[in-house]
Amino acid sequence: MSIFVNKNSKVIVQGITGRDGSFHTKKMLEYGTNIVGGVTPFKGGQKVGDVPVFSTVSDAVKKTKADTSILYIPPKFAADAIMEAIDAGIKTVVTITEGIPFQDMITAVNYAKKNSVRLIGPNCPGIITPGETKIGIMPAKIFKKGKIGVISRSGTLTYEVVYNLTTNGLGQSTAIGIGGDPFIGTKFIDCLEEFENDEDTEGVVLIGEIGGNDEQVAAEYIEKNMSKPVVAFIAGKTAPKGKRMGHAGAIISGSGNTASEKIEKFKSCGVDVAELPIDIADIFKGKF
Amino acid sequence: MKLMEYQAKKVFAENGIETPEGFLIEKKEDLEESFKKLNEKAVLKAQVLAGGRGKAGGVKLVNSLQEAEEMAENLLGNRLVTHQTDSNGEKVNSLLMEEQIDINKEIYFSILNDREKQKNIFIISAEGGTEIEELAKNNPQAIKKIRVDQDVGLKEYHVRQMFLQLEMDKKYYSSFFKLISKLYNLYLAKDASLIEINPLVVTGENEFIALDAKVKIDDNALFRQKELEEIRIIPDDEKDEVEAKEKGLSFVELDGDVGCMVNGAGLAMATMDIIKHYDMEPANFLDIGGSSDPQKVINALEYITQNENLRAIFINVFGGITRCDDVANGFKKALEKIDVNVPIVIRLTGTNEKEGKEILKKLGHDVFTDLKEAVLKLKQVYSKSDK
Repeated sequence: MSIFVNKNSKVIVQGITGRDGSFHTKKMLEYGTNIVGGVTPFKGGQKVGDVPVFSTVSDAVKKTKADTSILYIPPKFAADAIMEAIDAGIKTVVTITEGIPFQDMITAVNYAKKNSVRLIGPNCPGIITPGETKIGIMPAKIFKKGKIGVISRSGTLTYEVVYNLTTNGLGQSTAIGIGGDPFIGTKFIDCLEEFENDEDTEGVVLIGEIGGNDEQVAAEYIEKNMSKPVVAFIAGKTAPKGKRMGHAGAIISGSGNTASEKIEKFKSCGVDVAELPIDIADIFKGKF
Repeated sequence: MKLMEYQAKKVFAENGIETPEGFLIEKKEDLEESFKKLNEKAVLKAQVLAGGRGKAGGVKLVNSLQEAEEMAENLLGNRLVTHQTDSNGEKVNSLLMEEQIDINKEIYFSILNDREKQKNIFIISAEGGTEIEELAKNNPQAIKKIRVDQDVGLKEYHVRQMFLQLEMDKKYYSSFFKLISKLYNLYLAKDASLIEINPLVVTGENEFIALDAKVKIDDNALFRQKELEEIRIIPDDEKDEVEAKEKGLSFVELDGDVGCMVNGAGLAMATMDIIKHYDMEPANFLDIGGSSDPQKVINALEYITQNENLRAIFINVFGGITRCDDVANGFKKALEKIDVNVPIVIRLTGTNEKEGKEILKKLGHDVFTDLKEAVLKLKQVYSKSDK
């Protein structure tokens, strides 16, 4: 078991002919990901390695029965590509792209929700179920199959934490980068719920950062709903305060988006918080 | 990007949203003509991007040319410090001179996005003015928040709810409805992430006029907002950050003496936290982003080494979409161009790690895989570095 993706996921790569798309297709295939096709508009009929390229997602789904898609699409066209995947019947859409206009993402996020599609990202490293499938850009060798679920708003910080877990003998059930943008398809609590119900997961690491209040929502969720141990790390204790403009942001979010406020919230909800990312594995020791 | 008040008001006026008659003043000599046009009664407003100008003396009623000249003298070319700026304040390069408006009522109004509910949201209150944040805390009922679903769009019932919050006579409703529709269309068409009008006033002639205007545009959407990008004004204290961003870097200068170069914002913040944890202070936040352009590393090292207080440099790269060999090649080229006279500690791991490490080893650099070992090494060379 795992969450969202596994060895049966049939994956297509949108933007497969680009520099990053083709490079990471190769890397994912090396890992054993079941990549059945790629999509680049007007390039249908070509091949990237042995992978057939289609001009539309709809063609790709018809020919390959793909259920999962990963996007290496420039920000201008990314939301369009997400919605194309949803309309073509893809059930899990992983969006790596950084810098998509937020109005485009509000539309795409709500469209995914309406169609019960699992949208992961954007601005994220993807998702990996070690030993089964890697749908993302993360360096494969640091991951190891195991019982810790990892959820993170940050890409490279996820790798740091996974490295810390793996080198201390703690493998991962699924590691998911939910993305650093304000508008994302999958939030902390969606993953927490799945991990709580996943029989292969025995503990969860939650990696948050400054901005927004998804961490606070997650802290309250953990207190009420999680029986498995959760360790949190929040990046940005030393980050300088951002400059503000106007009052609207303060009115809507109230307070609570600094690292220390988030850390306090986790602690008050009974969640362990690691001082540094390199301390996380130590906190888990003795919990199992 | 943020628009200056006068720029935002120009966009308002072009889209049928009433603003006071006004003139931009860039030098004292411009005052007299504009003042006469406004019948020798005016409001002078310092043009800075930060809020809190009123309380900081950046907004005043002037009833004689002499008063206007005194105020211009005090403000133009000087720095205005408000509770929303840092202690250096923001330089005032221009003033907006506007007609004085006869005010019957002051309303607070804004549109922005609500990341929690994933919708756009309107905020409105019958009690506009500078105390709006206190009001939000102490009397939340006085502030109405209306979320608008993207698919449904702005409907009459949304506008009715906003209007009822204002407890105004029904005769104002039709013009209020038109105004709100125009503002929402503008918000969407310009890819705004914020439109705030505080106050939106009702005048003696029963008109709605935007007395102030704060507009922020989504940086990610500037590719389709060329005409706004062209008028962009960057405040002095953000010049480095904006210039860095154009080169694909996120850079923020800080007070410490350990230069940092990291890939990814989260890891960059965590790296700063670790440096601090080991009793050192980061000199900057620098995220080279998630791509593989070696030129970024060259640019990054240029920014870091501009800092005169530097005692050591810490490079922390965990390759994913960023490839270690690209970073190493960029670093090699950078060292050919830039003279670095402080110790450099490098941690490099992840995608194409082997290739990257070989390049750096040929240059004679120790490269760490483990973060903790790297930081302990940093601590050691930092202590010996006598700068």
